[in-house]
Amino acid sequence: MSKRIEATDLNVYYGDFLAVEGVNIEIEPRTVTAFIGPSGCGKSTFLRTLNRMHEVIPGARVTGEVLLDGDNLYAPGVDPVLVRRQVGMVFQRPNPFPTMSIRDNVLAGVKLNGGRMSKSDQDDLVERSLRGANLWNEVKDRLDRPGSSLSGGQQQRLCIARAVAVQPDVILMDEPCSALDPISTLAIEDLIEELKKEYTIVIVTHNMQQATRVSDKTAFFNIAGTGKPGHLIEYDDTSVIFSNPKVKATEDYVSGRFG
Amino acid sequence: MRAALRKPPSKAGDRVFLGLSTASAWVILLILAGVLVFLLVKAAPAIAANWADSSQLQDRTAGNTAGWNSFWPYVGPLLFGTVWSSLIALVMGTPVAIGIALFISHYSPRPLAGVLGYLVDLLAAVPSIVFGLWGVFVMRDFLKPFSTFLNSYLGWIPLFGGDLSVGGATILAGAVVLAVMILPIITAISREIFLQTPSLNEEAALALGATKWEMIRMAVLPYARSGIVSATLLGLGRALGETMAIAIIVSPKLIYSFQLLTDNNPGTIAANIALQFSGSNELQRDALIGTGLMLFLVSFAVNFAARWIISQTAPGGRRRRRKARTA
Ligand SMILES: Nc1ncnc2c1ncn2[C@@H]1O[C@H](COP(=O)(O)OP(=O)(O)OP(=O)(O)O)[C@@H](O)[C@H]1O
Ligand SMILES: [Mg+2]
Repeated sequence: MSKRIEATDLNVYYGDFLAVEGVNIEIEPRTVTAFIGPSGCGKSTFLRTLNRMHEVIPGARVTGEVLLDGDNLYAPGVDPVLVRRQVGMVFQRPNPFPTMSIRDNVLAGVKLNGGRMSKSDQDDLVERSLRGANLWNEVKDRLDRPGSSLSGGQQQRLCIARAVAVQPDVILMDEPCSALDPISTLAIEDLIEELKKEYTIVIVTHNMQQATRVSDKTAFFNIAGTGKPGHLIEYDDTSVIFSNPKVKATEDYVSGRFG
Repeated sequence: MRAALRKPPSKAGDRVFLGLSTASAWVILLILAGVLVFLLVKAAPAIAANWADSSQLQDRTAGNTAGWNSFWPYVGPLLFGTVWSSLIALVMGTPVAIGIALFISHYSPRPLAGVLGYLVDLLAAVPSIVFGLWGVFVMRDFLKPFSTFLNSYLGWIPLFGGDLSVGGATILAGAVVLAVMILPIITAISREIFLQTPSLNEEAALALGATKWEMIRMAVLPYARSGIVSATLLGLGRALGETMAIAIIVSPKLIYSFQLLTDNNPGTIAANIALQFSGSNELQRDALIGTGLMLFLVSFAVNFAARWIISQTAPGGRRRRRKARTA
């Protein structure tokens, strides 16, 4: 199932440092949304508030609301562990569990929280998730090899399979291709196109072509200067952002005149 | 081309430092070799002696070698006692040490973690004789109710069987104190390794919806496994050589016994040397040095195993080996 994300008046802090200020955004289900903007403007920081991974950093906190199909993720009593099961995440550097086999990596999420499954259900899930991540054909003969024995691009697709296996509603990706070669990057972009049918996808990218290739909507973040908080400057259809944006800063950024 | 690859003339400072550090390395090797030679030379007469016919060794007014007909049956119970008491200490101490290390690295708030780490390090600075006295005056009495309980209800298990010690001078009390003594080294090493877990792996687990404990099981413990093993072995190395805990808490005898709660306990090599040395005659002292040689060899083997495991499976090392294999 795919869900709608809505952030209202979101401020994000690292201790006393306000890193991102006053974000209001609505992300529709079954769409791909790209976050773009210069380095340090708070794209990753904001992305990590959408599955409550931000607060993993000591002293980090958030004010405001993030609604997932209307439910506030930051309401009192909400368990961040359950939020993260609904909102999966893929990181910039591929991070399969190094000591686990490929198969166990895919199953890592479903085995959590006391989850039990029959062997055949597990086999099905492993195959389905790896197929979903376009990795099945490459690894089906070596599911028991360690996850770290794969190439970087394969590892990243394994991480996507791992995220998909727990059947989240949303998948967040923080520069998922920045450590990959062009071929692997295309493989992941094709995959995002597929995943969009079932999930809400938010992707941070520094690659303008990638944003135009994969996303339906684009959010441009910017920062006034070092030590200042980042802001969401403009959010619109990707075609609008890249052809005739309303804000001058956006136009400067996407045309490469800045940042 | 070749000339360009040749070493440039080194500066004077480099040469001096190189000389100093090389010399230091050699001094350590020499000391080690010297100790080994000393032990071998001094122990040889006692190990080679015909114990049954030696008036010195059968002298019942001195030492505790009388009644044994060679060195090996004499050192056997001591080796057993050394390893046995150390193992009990490990079984009790390691889980606690790892628990403390995990608490410091992943559960406690920053300021508390600092204080705790400092306290554990302080524990390492307590002289072992103080621990020994604490064992005699506090631990013995403290353990009595537990010992009584274990002996009367679980006495059918050989470990807890036998005649319950009245005074509390049990090997259990000695091993508890040993466990406290090895706590700091195991805690310190494990804590360092837990803290080095790549946050990449930890975040991977958390982002899948792992609770803290699940994250620790998925990311931290697998990463730290070899480190924990070698920390434990280093703790074992320390326990093997520890003297006071057993020497003054337990009244050791030259026996094999697995019972934890009685007055009849095996001694350890270090405790036996400390207790017997002053009252022994010359050949008996050589025999004691022979037992010291055995302890040296066992400790050396354990420490060597610990280092070897670190070098083979340390996180960096593991990756290197795997690359080499797939290349
Ligand atoms: N763990 C942290 N502790 C304190 N400040 C942080 C931390 N991580 C990021 N910041 C700060 O928050 C701001 C936003 O950083 P963030 O990583 O979100 O930027 P970004 O847009 O993702 O940049 P990039 O494109 O380089 O990944 C920066 O000023 C950064 O210095
Ligand atoms: Mg970033």
